[in-house]
Amino acid sequence: MTTHPDSALAGLLAEAQEFGETIRKDFPILQRVLHDDKPLVYLDNAATSQKPQQVLDALNGYYERHNANVHRGVHVLAEEATALYEGARDKVAAFINAPSRDEVIFTKNASESLNLVANMLGWADEPYRVDADAEVVITEMEHHSNIVPWQLLSQRTGAKLKWFGLTDEGRLDLSNINELITEKTKIVSFTLVSNLMGTVNPVEAIVRRAQDVGALVLIDASQAVPHMVLDVQELGADFVAFTGHKMLGPTGIGVLWGRQELLEDLPPFLGGGEMIETVTMGASTYAPAPHKFEAGTPPIAQAVGLGAAIDYLSAIGMDRIAAHEHTLTEYAVRRLLEVPDLRIIGPRTAVDRGAAISFVLGDIHPHDVGQVLDEQGIAVRVGHHCARPVCLRYGIPATTRASFYLYSTPADVDALIDGLHHVRNFFG
Amino acid sequence: MKLDSMYQEIILEHYKNPHGKGLRDGDAEVHHVNPTCGDEITLRVRLDGAVIADVSYESQGCSISQASASVLNDLVVGKSVGEAQAIQEAFLELMQSKGKGVGDEDVLEDAVAFAGVSKFPARVKCALLSWMAWKDATAKALAEHPAV
Repeated sequence: MTTHPDSALAGLLAEAQEFGETIRKDFPILQRVLHDDKPLVYLDNAATSQKPQQVLDALNGYYERHNANVHRGVHVLAEEATALYEGARDKVAAFINAPSRDEVIFTKNASESLNLVANMLGWADEPYRVDADAEVVITEMEHHSNIVPWQLLSQRTGAKLKWFGLTDEGRLDLSNINELITEKTKIVSFTLVSNLMGTVNPVEAIVRRAQDVGALVLIDASQAVPHMVLDVQELGADFVAFTGHKMLGPTGIGVLWGRQELLEDLPPFLGGGEMIETVTMGASTYAPAPHKFEAGTPPIAQAVGLGAAIDYLSAIGMDRIAAHEHTLTEYAVRRLLEVPDLRIIGPRTAVDRGAAISFVLGDIHPHDVGQVLDEQGIAVRVGHHCARPVCLRYGIPATTRASFYLYSTPADVDALIDGLHHVRNFFG
Repeated sequence: MKLDSMYQEIILEHYKNPHGKGLRDGDAEVHHVNPTCGDEITLRVRLDGAVIADVSYESQGCSISQASASVLNDLVVGKSVGEAQAIQEAFLELMQSKGKGVGDEDVLEDAVAFAGVSKFPARVKCALLSWMAWKDATAKALAEHPAV
Protein backbone atom coordinates (compact mmCIF):
# COMPACT_ATOMS: atom_id res chain seq x y z
CA MET A 1 0.00 0.00 0.00
CA THR A 2 1.08 3.55 -0.55
CA THR A 3 0.75 6.79 1.36
CA HIS A 4 -1.98 9.32 0.66
CA PRO A 5 -1.97 13.09 0.19
CA ASP A 6 -3.63 15.09 3.02
CA SER A 7 -6.90 15.60 1.14
CA ALA A 8 -7.35 11.90 0.49
CA LEU A 9 -6.33 10.99 4.03
CA ALA A 10 -8.99 13.25 5.57
CA GLY A 11 -11.73 11.29 3.85
CA LEU A 12 -10.20 7.98 4.86
CA LEU A 13 -9.94 9.11 8.48
CA ALA A 14 -13.63 9.99 8.67
CA GLU A 15 -14.40 6.56 7.27
CA ALA A 16 -12.01 4.90 9.72
CA GLN A 17 -13.60 6.69 12.67
CA GLU A 18 -17.03 5.40 11.70
CA PHE A 19 -15.74 1.88 11.02
CA GLY A 20 -13.90 1.66 14.36
CA GLU A 21 -16.88 3.05 16.29
CA THR A 22 -19.20 0.49 14.74
CA ILE A 23 -16.84 -2.40 15.50
CA ARG A 24 -16.17 -1.43 19.09
CA LYS A 25 -19.83 -1.79 20.01
CA ASP A 26 -19.20 -5.54 19.90
CA PHE A 27 -16.43 -5.30 22.52
CA PRO A 28 -17.76 -4.91 26.07
CA ILE A 29 -14.33 -4.14 27.54
CA LEU A 30 -13.88 -1.15 25.25
CA GLN A 31 -16.81 0.53 27.04
CA ARG A 32 -14.78 0.67 30.26
CA VAL A 33 -14.01 3.99 31.92
CA LEU A 34 -10.77 4.10 33.95
CA HIS A 35 -9.57 6.31 36.80
CA ASP A 36 -13.13 7.64 37.37
CA ASP A 37 -13.61 9.47 34.08
CA LYS A 38 -11.13 8.33 31.41
CA PRO A 39 -12.56 6.16 28.63
CA LEU A 40 -10.23 3.26 27.87
CA VAL A 41 -8.01 3.87 24.84
CA TYR A 42 -6.61 0.41 24.20
CA LEU A 43 -3.41 0.57 22.14
CA ASP A 44 -1.76 -2.67 23.26
CA ASN A 45 -3.08 -4.91 20.52
CA ALA A 46 0.29 -6.34 19.55
CA ALA A 47 0.41 -7.86 23.03
CA THR A 48 -3.14 -9.14 22.98
CA SER A 49 -6.42 -8.20 21.36
CA GLN A 50 -9.76 -7.66 23.07
CA LYS A 51 -12.60 -10.13 22.51
CA PRO A 52 -15.97 -9.42 20.90
CA GLN A 53 -19.22 -10.55 22.53
CA GLN A 54 -19.49 -13.23 19.84
CA VAL A 55 -16.30 -14.92 21.06
CA LEU A 56 -17.30 -14.59 24.71
CA ASP A 57 -20.67 -16.15 23.87
CA ALA A 58 -19.00 -19.03 22.03
CA LEU A 59 -16.81 -19.78 25.05
CA ASN A 60 -19.73 -19.61 27.46
CA GLY A 61 -22.00 -21.54 25.14
CA TYR A 62 -19.46 -24.31 24.83
CA TYR A 63 -19.15 -24.71 28.59
CA GLU A 64 -22.89 -24.27 29.22
CA ARG A 65 -24.09 -26.78 26.64
CA HIS A 66 -21.42 -28.95 25.04
CA ASN A 67 -18.48 -29.46 27.41
CA ALA A 68 -16.90 -32.91 27.16
CA ASN A 69 -13.53 -34.36 26.29
CA VAL A 70 -12.99 -34.76 22.57
CA HIS A 71 -12.51 -37.86 20.40
CA ARG A 72 -13.57 -41.45 21.11
CA GLY A 73 -16.55 -40.51 23.26
CA VAL A 74 -19.82 -42.13 22.26
CA HIS A 75 -22.14 -39.86 24.18
CA VAL A 76 -23.89 -36.81 22.82
CA LEU A 77 -21.74 -34.20 24.55
CA ALA A 78 -18.49 -35.85 23.46
CA GLU A 79 -19.69 -35.93 19.88
CA GLU A 80 -20.75 -32.28 20.03
CA ALA A 81 -17.47 -31.19 21.63
CA THR A 82 -15.50 -33.14 19.01
CA ALA A 83 -17.51 -31.61 16.19
CA LEU A 84 -16.95 -28.13 17.58
CA TYR A 85 -13.23 -28.68 18.13
CA GLU A 86 -12.68 -30.22 14.70
CA GLY A 87 -14.97 -27.59 13.21
CA ALA A 88 -12.61 -24.94 14.56
CA ARG A 89 -9.79 -26.71 12.73
CA ASP A 90 -11.79 -26.44 9.51
CA LYS A 91 -12.27 -22.72 10.11
CA VAL A 92 -8.55 -22.15 10.68
CA ALA A 93 -7.68 -24.16 7.57
CA ALA A 94 -10.06 -22.13 5.43
CA PHE A 95 -8.91 -18.84 6.97
CA ILE A 96 -5.25 -19.41 6.00
CA ASN A 97 -6.13 -21.31 2.79
CA ALA A 98 -4.44 -24.52 3.93
CA PRO A 99 -4.66 -27.28 1.30
CA SER A 100 -5.77 -29.73 3.99
CA ARG A 101 -7.35 -29.46 7.44
CA ASP A 102 -4.90 -32.13 8.60
CA GLU A 103 -2.11 -29.59 8.23
CA VAL A 104 -3.50 -27.49 11.09
CA ILE A 105 -2.06 -28.38 14.51
CA PHE A 106 -3.51 -26.78 17.62
CA THR A 107 -0.96 -25.70 20.24
CA LYS A 108 -1.26 -23.46 23.25
CA ASN A 109 0.34 -20.41 21.60
CA ALA A 110 2.82 -19.32 18.94
CA SER A 111 5.76 -20.00 21.26
CA GLU A 112 4.72 -23.63 21.53
CA SER A 113 4.29 -23.82 17.76
CA LEU A 114 7.83 -22.51 17.21
CA ASN A 115 9.28 -24.79 19.88
CA LEU A 116 7.45 -27.70 18.33
CA VAL A 117 9.18 -27.20 14.98
CA ALA A 118 12.59 -26.80 16.64
CA ASN A 119 12.06 -30.06 18.49
CA MET A 120 10.71 -31.91 15.45
CA LEU A 121 13.91 -31.03 13.61
CA GLY A 122 16.16 -31.85 16.55
CA TRP A 123 14.76 -35.38 16.73
CA ALA A 124 14.19 -35.90 13.00
CA ASP A 125 16.00 -38.33 10.72
CA GLU A 126 17.85 -37.12 7.66
CA PRO A 127 17.33 -35.07 5.57
CA TYR A 128 15.59 -32.81 8.14
CA ARG A 129 17.79 -33.50 11.16
CA VAL A 130 19.49 -30.46 12.68
CA ASP A 131 22.89 -31.68 13.88
CA ALA A 132 26.41 -30.36 14.42
CA ASP A 133 26.94 -29.87 10.70
CA ALA A 134 23.74 -27.92 10.24
CA GLU A 135 23.00 -24.22 10.27
CA VAL A 136 19.85 -22.43 11.41
CA VAL A 137 19.05 -18.92 10.21
CA ILE A 138 16.86 -16.39 12.03
CA THR A 139 16.79 -12.58 12.15
CA GLU A 140 17.74 -9.89 14.62
CA MET A 141 14.13 -8.67 14.78
CA GLU A 142 12.62 -11.88 16.13
CA HIS A 143 10.49 -12.10 19.24
CA HIS A 144 12.35 -14.05 21.92
CA SER A 145 10.03 -16.96 21.14
CA ASN A 146 11.70 -17.29 17.75
CA ILE A 147 15.22 -16.89 19.14
CA VAL A 148 15.44 -18.95 22.30
CA PRO A 149 14.09 -22.25 20.85
CA TRP A 150 16.81 -22.09 18.19
CA GLN A 151 19.49 -21.22 20.73
CA LEU A 152 18.39 -24.27 22.71
CA LEU A 153 18.44 -26.45 19.62
CA SER A 154 21.88 -25.17 18.63
CA GLN A 155 23.28 -25.71 22.11
CA ARG A 156 21.93 -29.25 22.21
CA THR A 157 22.94 -30.31 18.71
CA GLY A 158 26.01 -28.20 17.99
CA ALA A 159 24.30 -26.58 15.01
CA LYS A 160 25.37 -23.07 14.10
CA LEU A 161 22.87 -20.24 14.61
CA LYS A 162 23.08 -17.33 12.17
CA TRP A 163 20.90 -14.28 11.67
CA PHE A 164 19.99 -11.45 9.35
CA GLY A 165 20.92 -8.01 10.69
CA LEU A 166 18.80 -4.86 10.49
CA THR A 167 19.15 -1.65 8.55
CA ASP A 168 18.95 1.75 10.22
CA GLU A 169 15.42 2.06 8.81
CA GLY A 170 14.20 -1.01 10.67
CA ARG A 171 14.23 -3.40 7.71
CA LEU A 172 15.96 -6.73 7.28
CA ASP A 173 19.41 -6.40 5.74
CA LEU A 174 19.30 -8.94 2.93
CA SER A 175 22.63 -7.90 1.41
CA ASN A 176 24.40 -11.03 2.68
CA ILE A 177 21.52 -13.45 2.12
CA ASN A 178 23.65 -15.82 0.05
CA GLU A 179 26.28 -16.09 2.78
CA LEU A 180 23.67 -16.53 5.48
CA ILE A 181 21.49 -19.13 3.79
CA THR A 182 23.74 -21.85 2.39
CA GLU A 183 23.74 -25.54 1.52
CA LYS A 184 24.28 -26.19 5.22
CA THR A 185 21.08 -24.37 6.25
CA LYS A 186 18.39 -26.74 7.48
CA ILE A 187 15.81 -24.13 8.41
CA VAL A 188 15.19 -20.42 8.08
CA SER A 189 12.78 -19.07 10.67
CA PHE A 190 11.64 -15.45 10.60
CA THR A 191 8.79 -13.18 11.54
CA LEU A 192 6.44 -11.91 8.87
CA VAL A 193 5.73 -8.73 10.85
CA SER A 194 8.00 -7.41 13.62
CA ASN A 195 6.20 -7.19 16.94
CA LEU A 196 8.37 -4.27 18.01
CA MET A 197 8.81 -2.22 14.84
CA GLY A 198 5.84 -3.26 12.73
CA THR A 199 8.12 -4.01 9.78
CA VAL A 200 6.58 -6.32 7.17
CA ASN A 201 9.34 -8.57 5.85
CA PRO A 202 10.02 -9.60 2.24
CA VAL A 203 8.92 -13.23 2.36
CA GLU A 204 9.47 -14.03 -1.28
CA ALA A 205 13.18 -13.22 -1.42
CA ILE A 206 13.93 -15.30 1.66
CA VAL A 207 11.74 -18.25 0.66
CA ARG A 208 13.27 -18.34 -2.80
CA ARG A 209 16.82 -18.46 -1.46
CA ALA A 210 15.88 -21.10 1.13
CA GLN A 211 14.25 -23.26 -1.52
CA ASP A 212 17.33 -22.91 -3.75
CA VAL A 213 19.49 -24.51 -1.07
CA GLY A 214 16.87 -27.00 0.14
CA ALA A 215 16.26 -25.39 3.52
CA LEU A 216 12.90 -25.44 5.26
CA VAL A 217 11.13 -22.16 6.04
CA LEU A 218 9.15 -21.39 9.20
CA ILE A 219 7.26 -18.12 9.35
CA ASP A 220 6.17 -16.57 12.64
CA ALA A 221 2.91 -14.95 11.58
CA SER A 222 1.71 -13.96 15.07
CA GLN A 223 1.59 -10.27 14.16
CA ALA A 224 0.35 -10.91 10.62
CA VAL A 225 -2.60 -13.30 10.76
CA PRO A 226 -4.72 -10.94 12.91
CA HIS A 227 -4.22 -8.04 10.53
CA MET A 228 -4.04 -9.14 6.90
CA VAL A 229 -5.11 -11.75 4.41
CA LEU A 230 -2.73 -14.66 4.91
CA ASP A 231 -2.56 -17.50 2.41
CA VAL A 232 -0.09 -20.20 3.40
CA GLN A 233 0.09 -21.50 -0.15
CA GLU A 234 1.01 -18.09 -1.46
CA LEU A 235 3.69 -17.63 1.23
CA GLY A 236 5.49 -20.74 0.03
CA ALA A 237 6.77 -21.55 3.53
CA ASP A 238 6.86 -25.03 5.06
CA PHE A 239 5.52 -24.02 8.47
CA VAL A 240 3.51 -21.05 9.73
CA ALA A 241 3.01 -20.33 13.43
CA PHE A 242 0.55 -17.96 15.07
CA THR A 243 -1.54 -17.47 18.17
CA GLY A 244 -5.26 -17.06 18.80
CA HIS A 245 -5.35 -14.35 21.46
CA LYS A 246 -3.95 -11.66 19.20
CA MET A 247 -6.77 -12.24 16.68
CA LEU A 248 -9.80 -11.79 18.98
CA GLY A 249 -9.62 -15.37 20.25
CA PRO A 250 -9.00 -16.51 23.82
CA THR A 251 -5.59 -17.19 25.34
CA GLY A 252 -4.32 -20.76 25.41
CA ILE A 253 -4.81 -21.60 21.73
CA GLY A 254 -2.17 -21.38 19.03
CA VAL A 255 -1.68 -22.86 15.60
CA LEU A 256 1.10 -24.50 13.69
CA TRP A 257 0.43 -25.06 10.03
CA GLY A 258 2.83 -27.43 8.28
CA ARG A 259 3.02 -29.08 4.87
CA GLN A 260 1.44 -32.50 5.04
CA GLU A 261 4.38 -34.56 3.80
CA LEU A 262 6.62 -32.93 6.39
CA LEU A 263 4.15 -33.61 9.17
CA GLU A 264 4.03 -37.22 8.07
CA ASP A 265 7.83 -37.56 8.09
CA LEU A 266 8.71 -35.58 11.18
CA PRO A 267 8.62 -37.14 14.65
CA PRO A 268 6.25 -36.10 17.44
CA PHE A 269 7.56 -34.01 20.31
CA LEU A 270 5.14 -34.34 23.23
CA GLY A 271 3.91 -37.86 23.91
CA GLY A 272 0.63 -38.78 25.57
CA GLY A 273 -3.00 -39.47 25.01
CA GLU A 274 -4.66 -38.58 21.70
CA MET A 275 -1.39 -38.75 19.73
CA ILE A 276 -1.06 -42.54 19.48
CA GLU A 277 -2.28 -45.33 17.25
CA THR A 278 -1.33 -48.31 19.42
CA VAL A 279 0.60 -48.53 22.65
CA THR A 280 2.34 -51.53 24.20
CA MET A 281 4.72 -51.44 27.13
CA GLY A 282 7.55 -51.77 24.67
CA ALA A 283 6.71 -49.20 22.02
CA SER A 284 4.01 -47.10 20.40
CA THR A 285 2.91 -46.09 16.97
CA TYR A 286 1.47 -42.70 16.31
CA ALA A 287 -1.73 -41.22 15.00
CA PRO A 288 -1.52 -39.39 11.70
CA ALA A 289 -1.01 -35.60 11.75
CA PRO A 290 -2.35 -33.37 13.15
CA HIS A 291 -3.15 -35.61 16.13
CA LYS A 292 0.42 -36.90 16.27
CA PHE A 293 1.38 -33.44 17.50
CA GLU A 294 -1.53 -32.88 19.90
CA ALA A 295 -0.75 -34.94 22.98
CA GLY A 296 -3.20 -34.76 25.86
CA THR A 297 -6.56 -33.05 26.20
CA PRO A 298 -6.35 -30.08 23.86
CA PRO A 299 -7.58 -26.53 24.59
CA ILE A 300 -11.10 -27.35 23.39
CA ALA A 301 -13.08 -24.30 24.48
CA GLN A 302 -10.21 -22.11 23.32
CA ALA A 303 -10.26 -23.68 19.86
CA VAL A 304 -14.01 -23.09 19.70
CA GLY A 305 -13.42 -19.47 20.73
CA LEU A 306 -10.78 -19.10 18.04
CA GLY A 307 -13.27 -20.46 15.52
CA ALA A 308 -15.76 -17.78 16.57
CA ALA A 309 -13.05 -15.13 16.25
CA ILE A 310 -12.32 -16.30 12.72
CA ASP A 311 -16.02 -16.13 11.87
CA TYR A 312 -16.09 -12.58 13.20
CA LEU A 313 -12.99 -11.47 11.28
CA SER A 314 -14.11 -13.20 8.10
CA ALA A 315 -17.53 -11.55 8.19
CA ILE A 316 -15.83 -8.15 8.18
CA GLY A 317 -13.13 -9.21 5.72
CA MET A 318 -9.40 -9.24 6.32
CA ASP A 319 -8.75 -6.92 3.39
CA ARG A 320 -11.15 -4.39 4.92
CA ILE A 321 -9.38 -4.68 8.29
CA ALA A 322 -5.95 -4.30 6.64
CA ALA A 323 -7.10 -1.15 4.84
CA HIS A 324 -8.51 0.30 8.08
CA GLU A 325 -5.27 -0.34 9.95
CA HIS A 326 -3.24 1.09 7.09
CA THR A 327 -5.15 4.36 7.33
CA LEU A 328 -4.61 4.47 11.10
CA THR A 329 -0.92 3.65 10.74
CA GLU A 330 -0.39 6.33 8.15
CA TYR A 331 -2.15 8.87 10.35
CA ALA A 332 -0.36 7.76 13.52
CA VAL A 333 3.12 7.83 11.97
CA ARG A 334 2.45 11.29 10.60
CA ARG A 335 1.20 12.66 13.90
CA LEU A 336 3.87 10.95 16.02
CA LEU A 337 6.61 12.52 13.93
CA GLU A 338 5.13 15.92 14.81
CA VAL A 339 5.81 15.35 18.53
CA PRO A 340 9.08 17.05 19.52
CA ASP A 341 11.96 14.71 20.48
CA LEU A 342 10.04 11.64 19.35
CA ARG A 343 12.01 9.00 17.46
CA ILE A 344 10.21 6.11 15.78
CA ILE A 345 12.11 2.81 16.06
CA GLY A 346 11.30 1.11 12.76
CA PRO A 347 9.91 2.30 9.44
CA ARG A 348 8.89 5.95 9.44
CA THR A 349 6.28 5.44 6.75
CA ALA A 350 3.19 3.26 6.50
CA VAL A 351 4.64 1.34 3.54
CA ASP A 352 5.32 -2.33 4.27
CA ARG A 353 4.60 -1.85 7.92
CA GLY A 354 1.94 -3.07 10.31
CA ALA A 355 0.04 -1.17 12.96
CA ALA A 356 2.52 -1.59 15.80
CA ILE A 357 4.61 1.56 16.24
CA SER A 358 7.50 1.80 18.71
CA PHE A 359 9.11 5.04 19.70
CA VAL A 360 11.27 6.77 22.26
CA LEU A 361 10.40 10.22 23.58
CA GLY A 362 13.53 12.23 24.31
CA ASP A 363 15.24 10.81 27.36
CA ILE A 364 11.99 10.09 29.18
CA HIS A 365 12.04 6.41 30.04
CA PRO A 366 9.24 4.37 28.43
CA HIS A 367 8.08 3.24 31.87
CA ASP A 368 7.40 6.81 32.76
CA VAL A 369 5.75 7.48 29.41
CA GLY A 370 3.45 4.49 29.87
CA GLN A 371 2.59 5.41 33.43
CA VAL A 372 1.52 8.94 32.59
CA LEU A 373 -0.45 7.69 29.56
CA ASP A 374 -2.18 5.13 31.77
CA GLU A 375 -3.34 7.92 34.04
CA GLN A 376 -5.23 9.22 31.01
CA GLY A 377 -6.76 5.84 30.27
CA ILE A 378 -4.36 5.08 27.42
CA ALA A 379 -2.97 1.53 27.44
CA VAL A 380 0.36 1.13 25.64
CA ARG A 381 3.17 -1.35 26.21
CA VAL A 382 6.61 -0.33 27.43
CA GLY A 383 9.84 -2.27 27.65
CA HIS A 384 11.78 -4.39 25.18
CA HIS A 385 8.67 -6.24 23.95
CA CYS A 386 10.43 -9.63 24.12
CA ALA A 387 12.69 -8.44 21.31
CA ARG A 388 15.68 -7.20 23.26
CA PRO A 389 18.16 -7.63 20.38
CA VAL A 390 16.24 -4.93 18.47
CA CYS A 391 16.69 -2.52 21.38
CA LEU A 392 20.40 -3.37 21.52
CA ARG A 393 20.68 -2.87 17.76
CA TYR A 394 19.30 0.66 18.02
CA GLY A 395 21.10 1.53 21.25
CA ILE A 396 18.01 2.02 23.40
CA PRO A 397 16.99 0.30 26.63
CA ALA A 398 13.32 0.06 25.77
CA THR A 399 10.52 1.62 23.75
CA THR A 400 6.94 2.72 24.12
CA ARG A 401 4.73 0.84 21.67
CA ALA A 402 1.27 1.79 20.46
CA SER A 403 -0.46 -0.87 18.39
CA PHE A 404 -3.80 -0.63 16.64
CA TYR A 405 -6.49 -3.04 15.58
CA LEU A 406 -9.82 -3.12 13.78
CA TYR A 407 -11.65 -1.32 16.61
CA SER A 408 -9.06 1.46 16.86
CA THR A 409 -10.00 4.92 15.58
CA PRO A 410 -8.29 8.13 14.53
CA ALA A 411 -9.64 9.57 17.82
CA ASP A 412 -7.48 6.98 19.62
CA VAL A 413 -4.46 8.31 17.73
CA ASP A 414 -5.40 11.86 18.75
CA ALA A 415 -5.72 10.77 22.38
CA LEU A 416 -2.25 9.22 22.20
CA ILE A 417 -0.71 12.37 20.76
CA ASP A 418 -2.40 14.58 23.39
CA GLY A 419 -1.19 12.14 26.01
CA LEU A 420 2.40 12.33 24.77
CA HIS A 421 2.33 16.12 24.97
CA HIS A 422 1.11 15.75 28.52
CA VAL A 423 3.99 13.35 29.25
CA ARG A 424 6.48 15.90 27.93
CA ASN A 425 5.01 18.62 30.10
CA PHE A 426 5.00 16.37 33.15
CA PHE A 427 8.69 15.50 32.86
CA GLY A 428 9.72 18.73 31.12
CA MET B 1 -4.42 12.48 41.93
CA LYS B 2 -2.98 8.98 41.92
CA LEU B 3 -0.14 9.82 39.56
CA ASP B 4 1.15 12.61 41.77
CA SER B 5 1.34 10.17 44.65
CA MET B 6 3.89 8.20 42.64
CA TYR B 7 5.81 11.04 41.05
CA GLN B 8 6.44 13.08 44.18
CA GLU B 9 8.41 16.26 43.55
CA ILE B 10 11.25 14.86 45.61
CA ILE B 11 11.45 11.75 43.39
CA LEU B 12 11.60 13.84 40.23
CA GLU B 13 14.30 15.97 41.87
CA HIS B 14 16.46 12.91 42.60
CA TYR B 15 15.79 11.62 39.07
CA LYS B 16 17.01 14.84 37.47
CA ASN B 17 19.98 15.27 39.83
CA PRO B 18 21.01 11.82 41.05
CA HIS B 19 23.32 11.69 44.06
CA GLY B 20 26.51 9.66 43.94
CA LYS B 21 26.07 8.45 40.37
CA GLY B 22 29.13 7.10 38.53
CA LEU B 23 31.37 4.15 39.27
CA ARG B 24 34.17 4.53 41.81
CA ASP B 25 36.44 2.05 43.59
CA GLY B 26 34.65 -0.68 45.48
CA ASP B 27 35.22 -3.95 47.31
CA ALA B 28 32.48 -5.71 45.35
CA GLU B 29 30.52 -5.09 42.18
CA VAL B 30 27.20 -6.51 41.02
CA HIS B 31 25.09 -6.10 37.91
CA HIS B 32 21.33 -6.39 38.32
CA VAL B 33 18.63 -6.18 35.66
CA ASN B 34 14.89 -5.94 35.68
CA PRO B 35 14.10 -8.42 32.90
CA THR B 36 10.57 -7.15 32.38
CA CYS B 37 11.64 -3.65 31.37
CA GLY B 38 15.36 -3.73 30.72
CA ASP B 39 16.37 -1.46 33.60
CA GLU B 40 19.97 -2.16 34.56
CA ILE B 41 22.36 -1.16 37.28
CA THR B 42 26.03 -1.84 37.94
CA LEU B 43 26.70 -1.07 41.59
CA ARG B 44 29.82 -1.10 43.75
CA VAL B 45 30.11 -1.06 47.53
CA ARG B 46 33.23 0.04 49.35
CA LEU B 47 33.55 -0.81 53.02
CA ASP B 48 35.71 0.88 55.60
CA GLY B 49 35.71 -1.64 58.41
CA ALA B 50 32.05 -2.06 59.28
CA VAL B 51 31.02 1.21 57.65
CA ILE B 52 29.59 1.69 54.16
CA ALA B 53 32.25 4.07 52.82
CA ASP B 54 30.77 4.42 49.33
CA VAL B 55 28.01 3.16 47.05
CA SER B 56 28.68 4.01 43.44
CA TYR B 57 26.64 3.02 40.40
CA GLU B 58 25.97 3.31 36.70
CA SER B 59 22.38 2.69 35.75
CA GLN B 60 19.74 3.16 33.13
CA GLY B 61 16.06 3.04 33.70
CA CYS B 62 12.90 4.92 34.57
CA SER B 63 12.59 7.86 36.92
CA ILE B 64 11.57 5.62 39.81
CA SER B 65 14.59 3.32 39.53
CA GLN B 66 17.01 6.20 39.04
CA ALA B 67 15.64 8.25 41.91
CA SER B 68 15.67 5.21 44.15
CA ALA B 69 19.39 4.63 43.52
CA SER B 70 20.07 8.27 44.38
CA VAL B 71 18.11 8.03 47.64
CA LEU B 72 19.89 4.77 48.45
CA ASN B 73 23.23 6.52 48.15
CA ASP B 74 22.06 9.29 50.47
CA LEU B 75 20.76 6.90 53.08
CA VAL B 76 23.42 4.25 53.43
CA VAL B 77 26.78 5.92 52.78
CA GLY B 78 28.46 6.64 56.10
CA LYS B 79 26.21 4.23 58.02
CA SER B 80 27.33 1.01 59.64
CA VAL B 81 26.46 -2.15 57.75
CA GLY B 82 23.93 -3.03 60.46
CA GLU B 83 22.20 0.36 60.30
CA ALA B 84 22.14 0.29 56.52
CA GLN B 85 20.61 -3.17 56.50
CA ALA B 86 17.88 -1.96 58.85
CA ILE B 87 17.14 0.92 56.47
CA GLN B 88 17.03 -1.48 53.53
CA GLU B 89 14.57 -3.68 55.39
CA ALA B 90 12.40 -0.68 56.25
CA PHE B 91 12.37 0.40 52.60
CA LEU B 92 11.53 -3.11 51.43
CA GLU B 93 8.66 -3.26 53.91
CA LEU B 94 7.35 0.09 52.68
CA MET B 95 7.53 -1.03 49.05
CA GLN B 96 5.66 -4.23 49.84
CA SER B 97 2.90 -2.37 51.70
CA LYS B 98 0.59 -2.11 48.64
CA GLY B 99 -0.02 1.57 49.27
CA LYS B 100 -0.84 1.15 52.95
CA GLY B 101 2.52 2.04 54.50
CA VAL B 102 3.76 5.59 55.06
CA GLY B 103 7.31 4.86 56.27
CA ASP B 104 9.20 6.24 59.23
CA GLU B 105 10.71 9.51 58.06
CA ASP B 106 13.36 9.35 60.80
CA VAL B 107 14.69 6.15 59.24
CA LEU B 108 13.87 6.54 55.56
CA GLU B 109 14.15 10.32 55.09
CA ASP B 110 13.52 11.10 51.36
CA ALA B 111 12.67 7.45 50.72
CA VAL B 112 9.23 7.91 52.32
CA ALA B 113 8.33 9.67 49.06
CA PHE B 114 8.25 6.22 47.47
CA ALA B 115 5.23 5.18 49.55
CA GLY B 116 2.96 6.02 46.61
CA VAL B 117 4.94 3.75 44.28
CA SER B 118 3.94 0.74 46.38
CA LYS B 119 0.41 1.11 44.97
CA PHE B 120 1.71 0.24 41.50
CA PRO B 121 2.77 -3.44 41.44
CA ALA B 122 4.53 -3.06 38.08
CA ARG B 123 6.75 -0.31 39.48
CA VAL B 124 7.76 -1.77 42.84
CA LYS B 125 10.57 -3.70 41.16
CA CYS B 126 11.88 -0.45 39.66
CA ALA B 127 12.13 1.10 43.11
CA LEU B 128 13.80 -1.99 44.56
CA LEU B 129 16.35 -2.62 41.78
CA SER B 130 19.22 -0.60 43.28
CA TRP B 131 18.41 -1.69 46.83
CA MET B 132 18.58 -5.37 45.91
CA ALA B 133 21.83 -4.72 44.05
CA TRP B 134 23.20 -2.94 47.12
CA LYS B 135 22.19 -5.81 49.41
CA ASP B 136 23.87 -8.28 47.09
CA ALA B 137 27.05 -6.23 46.68
CA THR B 138 27.33 -5.64 50.43
CA ALA B 139 27.04 -9.35 51.14
CA LYS B 140 29.79 -9.98 48.58
CA ALA B 141 32.01 -7.30 50.02
CA LEU B 142 31.53 -8.69 53.53
CA ALA B 143 32.35 -12.19 52.34
CA GLU B 144 35.60 -10.96 50.89
CA HIS B 145 36.50 -8.59 53.72
CA PRO B 146 34.91 -9.87 56.92
CA ALA B 147 34.55 -6.65 58.87
CA VAL B 148 33.50 -7.82 62.27
